[in-house]
Amino acid sequence: MTSIGTGYDLSASTYSPDGRIFQVEYANKAVENSGTAIGLRVKDGIVLAVEKLVHSKLLIPEANRRIQTVEKHIGIATAGLLADGRQLANRAKDESASYRDNFRAQVPIKYLADRLGSYMQVYTLYSSVRPFGISTVVGGVDDDGPSLYVIEPSGVFYGYHGAAVGKGRQLAKTELEKLNLAELSIREAVMEAARIIHLVHDDSKEKDFELEMSWIGDETKGLHLPVPKDLFAEADAKARAALEDFE
Amino acid sequence: MDHFPTNWGRPRNDAFDAYGTYPIAQRPYNGPKDVFAEGVKHTQQPIVTGTSVLAIKYKDGIMMAADNLASYGSLARFKDVKRLHPVGTNTVVGAGGDMSDFQYIQSLLDSLMTDEFTEQDGHSLGPAEIHEYLSQVMYGRRSQINPLWNSLLVGGFRDGKRFLAYVDLLGTTYSASTLATGYGAYIAQPLLRKAVEGNEDTLTEDQAVQILEDNLKVLYYRDARSLNKFQIAKVTESGVSISESKSLDTTWSFAEGIRGYGSQTQ
Amino acid sequence: MFRNTYDSDNTVFSPQGRLHQVEYALEAVKQGSAAVGLRSKTHSILLALKRSSGELASYQQKMFRIDDHVGIAIAGLTSDARVLSNFMRQQAMSSKMAFNRPIPVNRLVSSIADKAQVNTQEYGRRPYGVGFLVIGQDQSGPHLYEFSPSGSAYEYYAMSIGARSQSAKTYLEKHYESFSDCTLEELITHGLHALRETLQQDKALNINNTSIGILGPASQHETDGNVNVPSGGGFRILEGEVLQPFLDTMVPKEAPAAPAAASTDDDVQMQE
Repeated sequence: MTSIGTGYDLSASTYSPDGRIFQVEYANKAVENSGTAIGLRVKDGIVLAVEKLVHSKLLIPEANRRIQTVEKHIGIATAGLLADGRQLANRAKDESASYRDNFRAQVPIKYLADRLGSYMQVYTLYSSVRPFGISTVVGGVDDDGPSLYVIEPSGVFYGYHGAAVGKGRQLAKTELEKLNLAELSIREAVMEAARIIHLVHDDSKEKDFELEMSWIGDETKGLHLPVPKDLFAEADAKARAALEDFE
Repeated sequence: MDHFPTNWGRPRNDAFDAYGTYPIAQRPYNGPKDVFAEGVKHTQQPIVTGTSVLAIKYKDGIMMAADNLASYGSLARFKDVKRLHPVGTNTVVGAGGDMSDFQYIQSLLDSLMTDEFTEQDGHSLGPAEIHEYLSQVMYGRRSQINPLWNSLLVGGFRDGKRFLAYVDLLGTTYSASTLATGYGAYIAQPLLRKAVEGNEDTLTEDQAVQILEDNLKVLYYRDARSLNKFQIAKVTESGVSISESKSLDTTWSFAEGIRGYGSQTQ
Repeated sequence: MFRNTYDSDNTVFSPQGRLHQVEYALEAVKQGSAAVGLRSKTHSILLALKRSSGELASYQQKMFRIDDHVGIAIAGLTSDARVLSNFMRQQAMSSKMAFNRPIPVNRLVSSIADKAQVNTQEYGRRPYGVGFLVIGQDQSGPHLYEFSPSGSAYEYYAMSIGARSQSAKTYLEKHYESFSDCTLEELITHGLHALRETLQQDKALNINNTSIGILGPASQHETDGNVNVPSGGGFRILEGEVLQPFLDTMVPKEAPAAPAAASTDDDVQMQE
C-alpha cells in the first residue's frame, strides 16, 4: 500500500497529494474485517440480517444482538467495530427522540439517514477524532413505505433495494442482484436473507457464526422486531439445505 | 434621566388631550429591568380541565372510568377528550385536572415507552414502575414550584398482580382498592368503598362495570363539570382495553320542580 | 520510540483498520490477576485471585458490589475500575430513583461499554485499562457479562479475564455445558478449578488470596459460616475463613501436587 509511511495517513484532517483521506479508507478496512450485514427492501417491508461471528463457544446464543432498534419502526444493522455501532445507534435514538419531541411524529427514514450521515461526516474532518469504523444498514417503514439506506464511514449514504456491507458484501451483492426485490413478499425475503448470509459465510477461513434476522412489515404492525422463532428456524433450515445442494 | 424624547410622553395636544390625561403608566418604560422577570413563568392555575376519574380493583384486574369532557372554566368546551391513556400493554393512566399538562405527560410516557421498546431486551415497565416515574416527575415539578396540574390514577395488571395508585400535582401518592379524583373523591369514593372493599376478589367484570356506571351517574347528576359521555378501561391478564365512548340514560324531569332549573321564575 | 507509526494515539486507524491503542489497553487487562465468572440456572458467581505487594501489605480488592443484584470482578487498573464502578452505582441508583426498579443488568453493562467507546475515538484520552466480569440477577434470571476496554460487552455462560486467563478459559470451555444444572457448591468448585489454572507452578489458592462473589440463594457453608446474605440472595463477597469449606471441595490435580495449604507464604506477588 503506497500510503504507508508517507505521513499523509496519520490524521483524518490530512489530504494526501492526490486528494485522498487515508484515515477514512482505513476505517473502511475495519468494516471489511467484520461479519456481513445485509438489508432487503421488498414491497411490503424490510428484512435485516447479519452474520454474527462467534469468537467463543462460551457466548450465549441469541443474547448478544448485532441488529438494534432505534425507533419503533426503524432497525439498524452494522458491520465493523461493535462499540462504534452501539455509539451510532445511540445517536440514532437521540435523533429520533428529538424529531418526536419537535414534531410529535415518527422520524422519516431518509431524514434519519441524512442526520446520521452528517454526524459521521464530522468525524472525518478533524485530527482530534477518528472516523467511525462501521458501515450501517438503516431500514424502516414510514409513511412513504419501506426504505433502506447504507451509511459509510465517510458519511456518504445511498438508498438501496438490497444492501450488503462487511466481509462478504461482494458475493452478497451478486446474490441480491439476482432477486426481483420489488416483487418479493417479506416472508420470501426472510428466506433469501438467511440463504445469502449462509452462502457468504466462509466455513474454511472463519470461526463459527450465528445468523441474526429482524424485520418490519404488516405482520409486525410496522414495528421493528426479531424474526419470530418458527419462521427463523424454517429460513435457517432452508438456507442450510440450499447450501448443501449448492455444494 | 431618560434621554429618549419619544419616551417623555406625548406633548400636550389641545385637539384631543386638552387636560394632559395620557396615562403615564402606558408610556414605554426604558429603565432597568429584571431580565428574568419575563422568563420565569409558573403554572398557577389549570385552564382547560377534566373532572373526576374513578378506579376500582376487581376479580380479573382493575377498571377505570372517566368522562370525555374538558371544561374551560364552567364552559363545557371539548366533549370528545380522552382522559384514559394506555401505557404499554398492561398499564392505564387516567387524568383529572389540566388537560394540556396531561397531554404533556402522555408525550413523556410515550417517549419513555419508545425508549423502552428500542432496548429490545425483554425488560418492560409495568404499572408500579410507571407510577414511581410519574410520582418523581410530579414531585420534581412541584419542587420547582411549577406543578403539572393533574391528579392521576395509575392502574395495571402484571405478573398476576393488580396495581392501583394515585399521584397528584403535589407528588402525593397512595394506593387503595378504590380510588377517585376530583369531585369523585368526595361523592364517589364512599360509594365505591362500600361496593368494593372486601369484594376485590369476587367482583365480576359485569359487576365492576355496573359499580362504575352507577357512580358516573351519581357524579353526572351532581357535578356541574361532568358529562354523560364516558369511557371505561380495564386491565387484566390479557392487557389494556379501553372502551368506546358510551352514555347512560338519565332523567331530568324531577328538575322541573327545582328552583333555578325549571320554568318557574321564582 | 513507538512500536509502529500508527499506535501513538487512539484517533488513528492502522492501514489494516485496527486501533493499536485499544489493543494495548486490552493488554493492560492481562497484567491484572485473573478473575473467573460462571453461571447456573439459579446462581451467578465470581472468583478472583488477589495479589499482595508484600508481606506487610494487604491484598488488593478484586470485587466490588454495585447494587443488591449486581457485582463485578476486575482485572487491570484498579483506579479505572473505581471510576467505572462508581458510574455503575450511579446508574443503578438512578434506576431505583426513577422507576423503583433494579436496573436491568444488560443496560448497566451497556452503559459502561458506551462510556468506554468514547475513549477509543477522541484525542487526548486513553481507553480504560480495565476489564470487568459482571454478574447480575434480574427479571430474566442470572447473568454473566464481560466488559472490555474496546467498549464492547458480551454475555457468556462462563468467562475468565486477566493474567493467564486462557488456561481458565480452556477449563471452562471443557465443562460449561454442565454448569446450568450445578448447585452453588458445585459451581464454586468448578470456579476454583478454573481459577487454579491461572496460578504459577508452585502456588495454590488459599483463604487469603481468593475472593468469591455470589448472587443467588445462600449455600450451607455460608449459613454455617454466619455470612450475612442479603435477602433474596443479593450480592455478597466471601473472603477469609469462610472460604475454607469451599477450598476443601477442590479435587487435587492429576499430578498429585501438594494439597492447597492455607498458608500466607504462598502469596502471589504483585508484578512490577
